[in-house]
Amino acid sequence: MSNIDINEMSQTYVDVLKEIGNIGAGNATTALAQLLNCKVDMKVPQVKLLNFGEVGELMGGEEQVMAGIYLVVEGDINGSIMFLLEYQSARHLVSKLMGTQSEGQEFTEMEMSALKEIGNIITGAYLNSLSTLTGLKIYPSVPDLSIDMAGAILSVPAIEFGTLGDKILLIQTQFSDEIELDGYFVMIPDVESYGKILTSLGITM
Amino acid sequence: MSEIIKVGMADLKICKSPDALTTLGLGSCVGIAIRDPITKVGGLAHIMLPDSTRIRNNTNVPKFADTGIVELVNQLVKAGASRSRLVSKIAGGAQMFAFQNKTDLVRVGENNVHASKVVLGELRIPILAEDTGLNYGRTVIFYPETGEFLIKSVGKQEKVI
Repeated sequence: MSNIDINEMSQTYVDVLKEIGNIGAGNATTALAQLLNCKVDMKVPQVKLLNFGEVGELMGGEEQVMAGIYLVVEGDINGSIMFLLEYQSARHLVSKLMGTQSEGQEFTEMEMSALKEIGNIITGAYLNSLSTLTGLKIYPSVPDLSIDMAGAILSVPAIEFGTLGDKILLIQTQFSDEIELDGYFVMIPDVESYGKILTSLGITM
Repeated sequence: MSEIIKVGMADLKICKSPDALTTLGLGSCVGIAIRDPITKVGGLAHIMLPDSTRIRNNTNVPKFADTGIVELVNQLVKAGASRSRLVSKIAGGAQMFAFQNKTDLVRVGENNVHASKVVLGELRIPILAEDTGLNYGRTVIFYPETGEFLIKSVGKQEKVI
């Protein structure tokens, strides 16, 4: 077992993840623009290493309703990746993609499916950059969706991080087309995979 | 004036009536509320993982069911609760994503609920009520005055257990 302690992760590693986050989010933006067939802007992503308690607040409170799309990752690295989107942003993206204007509180089956696909494309673009940069093979599973309170959705990656330390690593990306869309990536490689990512990039621990 | 004290993820707090305790957006984590009905001292723990002995970085006491519940009981007794009168209620432990059980952390929510019950059983603290499992998040508020445990979820009616 590798001896990575996420609480004492080196600045180099955070920088590496930031760069991967940058490229990944860039690719994700392109993918989103193609999907929606419109111009999408992106702000420089921010990589944050947060205490569990701070995560919910960043997203507007633990009770903020979010759409979370979660994929399990296998291959050379194992773990999972989550993409979170604030509820209104999710609504906006879905109506834009499907050309519908439903205002209801609940997403329909079809809209949920569209949302999963959006998550799939965005996380796919992100994982692609990670794979290209590191030369590691990464296979994502089919996406699963949960629309619930930020705290509840985030408990899933938090628990996975919880086995490693007391912090969670998060990449915040702001997209905008007509409105601003706040998206968050949470990437959770297992303990061995941290080492593999760094080693493949030529960083010694 | 009574206030509602917030308990974060991997955290625990105690209070005395008329104050109350809350934790927001419990997902696969479990909220364990314990009180002494006579002195009205109560506590709430928000645990994330079942067992501290299986994890290397295990110094964060409130993160685990085993260490967190024991610590909560210690603090309650120090604050004037009678050890033998303590009763509990638990909530949370949802499975937020359908295929979550594919990862090596098999059914984390379920394990957290199970571990919490085992620890409470070992400490001989009766579990008066629970609202656990299923696939949605819960915000809980615990009132040590009455022992009421209020549960709120997205798109669902509030309930009191």
